[in-house]
Amino acid sequence: MMTETRSVSQGGASCVMELVGISKDYRGMAALKGVSLSLLSGRILCLLGENGAGKSTLIKLITGVERLSGGSILVDAEPVHFDSPRSARQRGISTVYQEVGTLPLMSVARNFVLGAEPTRGRGLARRVDFAEASRIATETMSQLGIRREIDGKQLVGTLSGGERQALAIMRAVYFGARVLVLDEPTAALGIRESALVLELLLRVKEQGVAVLFVTHNAYHAAAVGDQFVVLRRGEVIADFGRDAETVDKIMQLMAGGDELSQFAMLANERLQ
Amino acid sequence: MRLSPTTLFAWPKSLPKVGTGPSRDVPEVENGKGTLGTLLLRPEAGGLISACAVFTLFAFLAGDKGFLSQTGTADWLNTASQLGIVALPVGFLMVAGEFDLSVGSVVGMTSIIVATCYGYYSLSPWIGIVIAIAVGAGIGLLNGVITVATKLPSFIVTLGMMLIVEGGAIGISNALTNSSSISLSAAGPSRVLFASSWGSFDVSLVWWVVLAAVATYVLQRTRFGNWAFATGGDLKTARLAGVPTNRVKVSLFVCSSLGAVLVGIIETLSFNNGDVTLGSSYVFTAIAAAVIGGVLLSGGYGTMLGTAFGAITYGIASMGVFFLGWDADLTDLFVGLFLLLAMLANNRLRIVALGQR
Repeated sequence: MMTETRSVSQGGASCVMELVGISKDYRGMAALKGVSLSLLSGRILCLLGENGAGKSTLIKLITGVERLSGGSILVDAEPVHFDSPRSARQRGISTVYQEVGTLPLMSVARNFVLGAEPTRGRGLARRVDFAEASRIATETMSQLGIRREIDGKQLVGTLSGGERQALAIMRAVYFGARVLVLDEPTAALGIRESALVLELLLRVKEQGVAVLFVTHNAYHAAAVGDQFVVLRRGEVIADFGRDAETVDKIMQLMAGGDELSQFAMLANERLQ
Repeated sequence: MRLSPTTLFAWPKSLPKVGTGPSRDVPEVENGKGTLGTLLLRPEAGGLISACAVFTLFAFLAGDKGFLSQTGTADWLNTASQLGIVALPVGFLMVAGEFDLSVGSVVGMTSIIVATCYGYYSLSPWIGIVIAIAVGAGIGLLNGVITVATKLPSFIVTLGMMLIVEGGAIGISNALTNSSSISLSAAGPSRVLFASSWGSFDVSLVWWVVLAAVATYVLQRTRFGNWAFATGGDLKTARLAGVPTNRVKVSLFVCSSLGAVLVGIIETLSFNNGDVTLGSSYVFTAIAAAVIGGVLLSGGYGTMLGTAFGAITYGIASMGVFFLGWDADLTDLFVGLFLLLAMLANNRLRIVALGQR
């Protein structure tokens, strides 16, 4: 049994990104207060919390969209200062957002290689190698377990919501994401579609990517997570490994309230 | 007591297998090439159908009045080619999600510059041409930079630019020559290049075909083309993927201005007359041609071949009306009708293409 999940996981995986007491103030209002967590290669860390708990703020800080008010971010044990999303991407931190990520009126192959298109020829004859793009797309998809026949020429708009989300994730992995940040990837999906994305996350994890799975769905988190961090009002109120808590308690922790705060204390006790 | 994780986390023990069976009713896109179904799903299908429909109509109505003769054919092709040269880069820009309404006034401005240098001051035609290209590129650059920097709709930015260029061209022309219409007599290599013809067929046809081929290649086969589709499809997604969306837009604004400059040069040297009002009809007909040809008004979808068919539709309609001896204003009636029909058809086709029937 993995009772001491943290040490076990750290034994088998290296820490890619570490947040040390990061905080963020908006005009004196603290959106995030001293949050610390570690993203390990080949592990899925679920960041849970209700709306307004600070999940989005945390994503913005680690993907370079906004600057820290305090604390520090370490990548490969060295401090980094992201001043733009591009600088975060250059360190291998990729983000897949719930709504954006694919272009419905473009083909699967065109979508997949966008921004890093493989080319043939030189000078004016330099053109996109669509056969190669199609091969990359279909091969990556089958590697990551999408078994439905998807043609590279197919418009992305013909894919289901889950498949589109999967495509965006696979794209990020193919282009060398070391930390994959997923902002509510299953929020708009049905059960079967969510399952597709969750199964994909397990494959992505097998490839040694550190996954930060941000969600407010405790069931989805429980299905794939290795480590769970619950945020409430900008603070970490619980941080535990797989098997340490129940879904019910996770939800109670997320929701808060007088009666429920006892569970927070209980959770902290059990982890100490 | 601790329960097993599967009972605690009320989640099915084994996740449904990914990808087995369609997750919703997604119609399989036909793979058979050349079938009518796939042909109809191509973005340029609407343009092709419009062009055929309007041709059939006028062949029936005006076939015996010269519409089907060699001259008649040359007439509508020439008309289509001049609009087509303007419409190609405008359509490309629309694919990338922006409009350019200033093209019409750039044609007029070019005309005045070329005619003033060549006709009024009797300089080499190339001086006027080079100045017009430089000014045109500058206008395009300004359109692009203002649109990108202010994030204002390009519709408004280029509408303002259209009025500025129009007013500026009239002002400069009046100040220098006391007229807004200057005659010249074109001769020499510049005339061969821009205003010669074989029989009734103008050299502008060659320009149009070559530019259509180049634009098709760039849009369909190059990275830049892929970036243009993405920029118009979803700006944020394109940016996140590392597409230099601002550079894509600005370069396309420059191209659309340069297309208008080329047509300005062609028309001025062909008509042996420079006129500020030349090209004013292109303001909306260029966009109409692109839309009839299947370019999506909101960007991210369309082809250059379709845009060419859109221009052909306009050419046929305007010459068909001419051969019938009807009022030339009736051309707009036909173009407007086809514009609406094309919009409806293209919307429908796109829904089918995406399997959302």
